Amino acid sequence: MTDKTLLSVRDLNAWYDESHILHGVNLEVREGETVTILGRNGMGKTTTLRSIVGILRKRTGTISFDGTDLMNRPLHHTARVGIGFVPEERGIFSTLSVEENLMLPPVVSDTGMTVEEIYQLFPNLKERRNSQGTKLSGGEQQMLAMARMLRTGVKMLLLDEPTEGLAPVIVQRIGEVLQTLKARGMTILLVEQNFRFASKIADRFYVMDHGKVTDGFDLAELPAKMETLHEVLGV
Amino acid sequence: MTEISMTSETRNQTANRVQIALIIALLIALIFAPFVLYPVFLMKVLCFALFASAFNLLLGFTGLLSFGHAAFFGGAAYFTAHAVKEWGFSPEAGILLGVAGAAVMGLVIGFFAIRRQGIYFAMITLALSQMFFFFCLQAEFTKGEDGLQGVPRGHLLGFIDLNEPLNMYFFALGVFVLGVFAVWRIVHSPFGMILRSIRENENRAISLGYSVNLYKLGAFVMSAALAGLAGGLKALVFQFATLTDVAWQMSGEVILMTLLGGIGTIFGPIFGAAFVVTVQNYLSTTGFPVTVLTGLIFIVCVLLFRRGIVGEFNASNLAVKLGLKSPK
Amino acid sequence: MIMIFGIPIQAFLGQLLIGLINGSFYAMLSLGLAIIFGLLRVINFAHGAQYMMGAFAGFLLLSWVGVNYWFALLLAPVIVGLTGIVIERFALRRLYNLDHLYGLLFTFGLALVIEGSFRYFYGTSGQPYETPELLSGGVNLGFMYLPIYRGWVVVASLIVCIGTWLLIEKTKLGSYLRAATENPTLVQSFGINVPFLLTLTYGLGAGLAALAGIMAAPIYQVSPLMGSNLIIVVFAIVVVGGMGSIMGAIVTGYMLGILEGLTKVFYPEASNIVIFVIMAIVLLIRPAGLFGRDA
Repeated sequence: MTDKTLLSVRDLNAWYDESHILHGVNLEVREGETVTILGRNGMGKTTTLRSIVGILRKRTGTISFDGTDLMNRPLHHTARVGIGFVPEERGIFSTLSVEENLMLPPVVSDTGMTVEEIYQLFPNLKERRNSQGTKLSGGEQQMLAMARMLRTGVKMLLLDEPTEGLAPVIVQRIGEVLQTLKARGMTILLVEQNFRFASKIADRFYVMDHGKVTDGFDLAELPAKMETLHEVLGV
Repeated sequence: MTEISMTSETRNQTANRVQIALIIALLIALIFAPFVLYPVFLMKVLCFALFASAFNLLLGFTGLLSFGHAAFFGGAAYFTAHAVKEWGFSPEAGILLGVAGAAVMGLVIGFFAIRRQGIYFAMITLALSQMFFFFCLQAEFTKGEDGLQGVPRGHLLGFIDLNEPLNMYFFALGVFVLGVFAVWRIVHSPFGMILRSIRENENRAISLGYSVNLYKLGAFVMSAALAGLAGGLKALVFQFATLTDVAWQMSGEVILMTLLGGIGTIFGPIFGAAFVVTVQNYLSTTGFPVTVLTGLIFIVCVLLFRRGIVGEFNASNLAVKLGLKSPK
Repeated sequence: MIMIFGIPIQAFLGQLLIGLINGSFYAMLSLGLAIIFGLLRVINFAHGAQYMMGAFAGFLLLSWVGVNYWFALLLAPVIVGLTGIVIERFALRRLYNLDHLYGLLFTFGLALVIEGSFRYFYGTSGQPYETPELLSGGVNLGFMYLPIYRGWVVVASLIVCIGTWLLIEKTKLGSYLRAATENPTLVQSFGINVPFLLTLTYGLGAGLAALAGIMAAPIYQVSPLMGSNLIIVVFAIVVVGGMGSIMGAIVTGYMLGILEGLTKVFYPEASNIVIFVIMAIVLLIRPAGLFGRDA
């Protein structure tokens, strides 16, 4: 973990059609760290990720990644600057095989894992590599969604609720994968409702409420924050 | 007629008065027009204006694009022509037969087309009306490529000689007003409101418990019948019915008239038809390729001008001042 | 004289061959339409006009520049494909956010412009296009006489169809297309330039239509009207096949061409409407189409 700020978001406002969802979000992620955005449903966490990636285009403010301004860049440039996005719905394509899904996102730098390395990390994907992508279970699809980003060599992963709806065993596995990635120096911005999961891998936390970041703190401050968090998150 | 905006009472009254004034002005213009312009040309405009209005009932208010409306227009033209010429029907009976025939065709084609939605719906209407085209090409009663010629206009109600241009004109005007009034009535009825809700959000209408397919079919049949009214009238005006009336190019033309005039407005199709018929008339004597112009107008309308003439007017500052707004 | 079902076998096989040839064109054209629709969600009404342009490209290349059939087979699709790319890039792409019907209306207007222009310069009668020397003449198979060019058309169309299918189902580019059809936004977020892919796809579709056109030139005459009535039949075929599947479009095209040919043998009056009748039947039994995936 370095002190270099990789992602900087300042005064981000975003709209879905006429609905004003984000009201000036400020956050930053330093190189190598894992940051989690906590918050109840509908508070704008997913919207924030989608705005950073550029899927949501109606936005104002500053989004800067590794020195590059992302605001005016077309959507297909986001990956090229080194951001990988794993959406909530995972986005595994039914008209592609598992291997085709894995190979789909283009490689953007040579820091990515090779296919062999990925298959070593995810042996069950190797086994099912010729199956139709959507024939995998929910947990396996989540693995595939993460695995395919690893091949690309992105510097930062944006993960939207990776553990949602998955069994505890799978959740543990995902946690292991993320730890492996952290060890390799991957920067991660994570949206999670599963507070316990997040607390095991995150270095820092942001709390979002009604389209704004209302709190930010390190892992060390977590015990002190527990009570307020229980209230805010309804956990 | 346009929907009244729901602000203050006086604004309502003004809007109402403006609309009524405009309609009366239009009617007066139409009554005096045959003394200024050729009656046959005007009657052509009236026929196509009615055809386009009928078509708009389906596209503008129900949200269904039919690419085969020529089948109803041309089919009714054939039915009316045949009835009047071969069976000696009176003009009113001939037209009624045309309408009935078109309605039946609407029921059959609509039944198949409604099984799919959106683009597929359009393609099915196109294919089925093309099937009807081939049928007309080969059938005995349509006389194939020659078409039915020399259709007698006869005597309306037994004594009004429709061979007199003015008589025919005012008959046509009457039919036109009746037809457009019917469209207006349907649009502003409870049935019409449901149609519009289907256009806005079909799933929502379904979840509210409406048998959406029945409503769509109903709208389709009504639209077909009114298109048939236009077609039957046209057979009497021009005294012939040919394959051109049932060809897909005719289906395309009525779409253009509606698009250009303004989808989803009552007056739009009327102006659109007037514009297209006038331009075609003007260009027919020159060697200019009308198809190319038609295509260009289509392209321009779709890219830049989707609200059409009346739609743009309704959205303009002038219309806002007058308190007019197109029906939602 | 051998008879089959009460028809002389020569006549029967002759019609069957015609049906197979028509089916070849139906298959190629349905394929192009299905590809464009799959990714762009646009019904390309101009497909028939692009088919006609392909034939004319061949005709003009020959009469103006002396370029023969074999080069035309390559050049015509490229030329027409390029016009498709320009059209998509500057006009069609503005309509993606609107109701899909506007795409249909735009391509309809485009078809009118293209056809009207060619009709203005060339009238409605057809221009002849000579069968290339290598493929002229015929072979006597005993039970029937097979013109070589017609045999070539069947074989070549099969190669084109299967080749396109392989491109889409088995290659990396194909995986981009398939994924973009499912979820274009996500694919873009991976760094794939989906808008460019859409442009290429429209160009590919137009090129396929043009290829069918140049192949059709020696058989049917080169006329400005050659595409317009054909396209409506192809629409019906595509409704029968369902547009979710590339293979479905191909198979349905051949099948219905052959069926049309058979109808011509036994019930000639119905031959131009039989495909529409089948469409009506399929709509009753299986509205999504024989191979359709979306309802």
